[in-house]
Amino acid sequence: MTPELFFQYLFAGITYGIMYAIVAIGFNIIYNTTGIINFAQGEFVMLGGMISISLLQFMPLPLAVVCAVIITMLVGALIEMIFIRWLDNPSVLRLIIITIGLSILMREVALHIWDESIRSLPYFYGNEITTIGIGPVRISPQVLWVIGVCGVVVIGLSLFFKITPLGREMRACSANRTAAILCGINTRNMVTFSFMLSAGIGALAGCVMSPITYTQYDSGTALAIKGFTVAILGGLGNSMGAVAAGLLLGILEAYSVAVVPLAFQDAISIAILLIILFVRPHGLFGSSEAARLTEF
Amino acid sequence: MKGVLKKIVWGTAAVCLLAAPAVQAENIKIGAIFAVTGGASFLGGPEARSAEMVVEEINKAGGINGNTLELIIKDSGANPEKAISFAKQLIEEDKVLAIIGPSTSGETMKLKKIAEQGKTPLISCGAAEVIVNPVAKYVFKTPQKDSFAVKKIYGEMKKLGMTKIAVVAGNTGFGKAGKAQLLKAAPEFGIEVVAAETYDKKATDLTALVAKLMANKDIQAVVNWSIVPAQAIIAKNMRQAGWDVPLFQSHGFGNIKYVEAAGAAAEGIIFPAGRLLIAESLPDSNPQKALLLKYTNDYEGKYKEAASTFGGHGYDAITILATAIGNGGTDRDKLRDAIENIKNLPGTGGVFSFSAEDHNGLDIESFVMLTVKDGKFVAYEGK
Amino acid sequence: MKSSKVFPLCILIGLVIGVQVVTQLTDKTFYLTQLTMAAYYTLVVIGLSVLMGYAGQISIGHAGFFAIGGYLSAALTTHNLVSLQTHPFIQALGSMGMLIPGQDLYGEQLLTVAPWPACLFALAVAAVVALVLGVPVLKLKGHYLAMATLGFGIIIFRIGLATEFFGEADGISEVPAFVLLPSLAGLPALSVSGDFGHRIENYYIAWGLLVLGMVLLLNLIDSRTGRALRSIHGSEEAAEAIGINTARLKLAVFVLSAVFAAIAGVFLTHYNGGIGPSEASVMKSVRYVALVAVGGMANLWGVLIMGVTLTFLSLRGVFGSYDDAVFGTILILVMLFAPDGILSIRGKALLARFKKENA
Repeated sequence: MTPELFFQYLFAGITYGIMYAIVAIGFNIIYNTTGIINFAQGEFVMLGGMISISLLQFMPLPLAVVCAVIITMLVGALIEMIFIRWLDNPSVLRLIIITIGLSILMREVALHIWDESIRSLPYFYGNEITTIGIGPVRISPQVLWVIGVCGVVVIGLSLFFKITPLGREMRACSANRTAAILCGINTRNMVTFSFMLSAGIGALAGCVMSPITYTQYDSGTALAIKGFTVAILGGLGNSMGAVAAGLLLGILEAYSVAVVPLAFQDAISIAILLIILFVRPHGLFGSSEAARLTEF
Repeated sequence: MKGVLKKIVWGTAAVCLLAAPAVQAENIKIGAIFAVTGGASFLGGPEARSAEMVVEEINKAGGINGNTLELIIKDSGANPEKAISFAKQLIEEDKVLAIIGPSTSGETMKLKKIAEQGKTPLISCGAAEVIVNPVAKYVFKTPQKDSFAVKKIYGEMKKLGMTKIAVVAGNTGFGKAGKAQLLKAAPEFGIEVVAAETYDKKATDLTALVAKLMANKDIQAVVNWSIVPAQAIIAKNMRQAGWDVPLFQSHGFGNIKYVEAAGAAAEGIIFPAGRLLIAESLPDSNPQKALLLKYTNDYEGKYKEAASTFGGHGYDAITILATAIGNGGTDRDKLRDAIENIKNLPGTGGVFSFSAEDHNGLDIESFVMLTVKDGKFVAYEGK
Repeated sequence: MKSSKVFPLCILIGLVIGVQVVTQLTDKTFYLTQLTMAAYYTLVVIGLSVLMGYAGQISIGHAGFFAIGGYLSAALTTHNLVSLQTHPFIQALGSMGMLIPGQDLYGEQLLTVAPWPACLFALAVAAVVALVLGVPVLKLKGHYLAMATLGFGIIIFRIGLATEFFGEADGISEVPAFVLLPSLAGLPALSVSGDFGHRIENYYIAWGLLVLGMVLLLNLIDSRTGRALRSIHGSEEAAEAIGINTARLKLAVFVLSAVFAAIAGVFLTHYNGGIGPSEASVMKSVRYVALVAVGGMANLWGVLIMGVTLTFLSLRGVFGSYDDAVFGTILILVMLFAPDGILSIRGKALLARFKKENA
């Protein structure tokens, strides 16, 4: 392998990895406060993309993205309030099935609103063939946007959870729910906030990724599966773990192209994940404590 | 909101039709199995809409020999098991005269035997050549044969003096069949396929694949064979990587949405397609011109979206059927014979001339080479 | 077997025969096509119900086992071995009576593996895969278990989609009929086939298999093993403490449910005359989970009723383009308002009234 090719694969892998990671982070936020894996997370990404594309006809791009994020956050909050909030101590299995149902439903609603065609936002900078040279490698500026947004999200989140009172309350919820209630924290509100937050992050991801990956009514599912994989691999609830695991999976996939036929790529990357899971049942970067916390 | 509005309009139209007193002599039932939702909805959606439009128009004009058509559309979601269930249902229960669809090759292959046993003509919109080769008595198809598309592309490459190429395809029935034809026909044209890869139909980025192919300096051109959005992605990724070998696409590229999606990267893509996409620039003497313009205008007026060759397959299927009903009447066997006897019928895919051996009815001349210039399809003039 | 179990089974058998007779008399036998298909899918679902409802282990990958059965059986019975005829291995198979010659739709000579050996091989593979996979997978819990089974399903889906032997995106078509019993003593042969003339016989094959499956599972859950299983669901630690080998039990149920899925796969593939990658898709696995949930998890009868009803309606295209949407809505509504299954709603209401009247 020439050094040039080596770096090309590396950058392709980073692009994939960051996209997976940003979806995985959305999974983690909800998981942290509620212990739920929200299987409809991929649909938030799709919604963000679709709404911003629709809004673009009426307003400039930055405003469309902001509005799309806000609308998706409201959708997230609404979903939590209608479908989750009032359930009395639901089992994990029940929640998994509810969120799977939600994901199916959101996808179908999107199909009947936006039909089956593919759409995309324009490139934020330049156009489809604009590239920036980094050493021997050429990458699209949109990739830098994605990486940048992911970085901002990760840093923003860790600051939010460490510094702001709201973030601290949410962390308290995840650490010990009963204790949080005793301290006067409205845990139900915290759950709603966590849905809003992860919907917003998903929507933002959907907007920045849209020019690269396009948006279609069913594009959420594949992303959710990859995001879920990465979230598990990184250890559920661990955002830095998600980024590391995302990069690992993305780079692995990129290099695997050189060795195995592309058609088998997914099968192999998931097989590797399974093996890792068997050896380290709590993910690469998760603690075994966390894995034991939630059972059916 | 477009989709919702559409539903309302359709719903109202359906109610009006139902409410109208049935004075016609006979109501001819036609079954349609399309993948309106699911993984192949970009085929099934336009196909179903086109077929519905044609039936509406025929009925408005008084039907065929005074008989109205009733189109029963079933959405298979591209699942073969559903297509099987629906085909049996349509044949036995609804006792349809004929079936149009399904949208994909995989489904069609599973219905071949059912159509034969049920003695019901099936006009498929699936692309793969195996549907009509070997010929099954009751099975027809409207999309052009992929071997013709391959020959058209290879012919062009030969003119350009290219001998070493890479083949990439999507993992759909269309991609699979096309890849097989590309590999099979290559030696005939003195072309060597030095790399062949299949990508996922939901692929979102193909930078790594492009990097791999680009590292092989022998490759003089890339042929991509798919019907999925990824064909816009591969174009983008190739240009982003600064790789400027010519990119050939299949006739699956015949949808302006993909050109829009690929934007500047679509410029210069060369592909074979029916004449639908360049209808306006055809000479007036062309037998297809009037029909193509009418279809495009009607479809775009009715559904507010660009017409594509995919929808054209559905349009052709129902048009062929309607013509055959007009000639052969409403007996399944006579209808089958009538389809085989259709000659020189202009459609969106080409001019159809069926025979006992040819259940596709199109020849290689149904294709023209097109390219993309300034975001529009234009005839390819060669270099 | 207790009479409380025999009674509903008798009703079921009576219904099965009744439906056939009524459709025959009213000339509506076409309903049997979708009822046959629905019975096979329900076979997967009742197997999964024991795993999910009784042993408490989720699997979002059971379409994978269905596909292993269907794909292997289809591939073996369609792959033409004429060109390999002289190979010693093929000759050995032939001399054991495992191969059958034939002709395809267009008169081409065929030499394929006979359906019975193909079926048994497919089931054996499914069982072995379940065994090998089950050992590490069932050690996982909660979301990790969900992920692992989901991953398994995706791998099978991908292999089918990427392998030429399995027909890639087109899947396998022209799968021959599966002759279960050759014609004996003047009785016609019994075969699994989608031909229009074989409909009634196939309806009984499918439902016979489903009833058999029900008998087996009902007995299982009522036995010592069944009680042990429920204790795992309640608390694995407690079960372990009272001396139940939980790992082994979970594995046994996992393999059992996988074999159920594989049997359904084999039979339905021969019935349909083909199989495609959609049978292995994630959405299919999710549907099986949904049907178990809608039926009430640990309620075999509920799962049976909901499985047959919903699959039947879906296969008839009743929901049109809203098929998935309807499925999603039912799933959510049931999980929100009746987590013990749709049938529990009526049951509770009746129970409440009963109590009121007696008070």
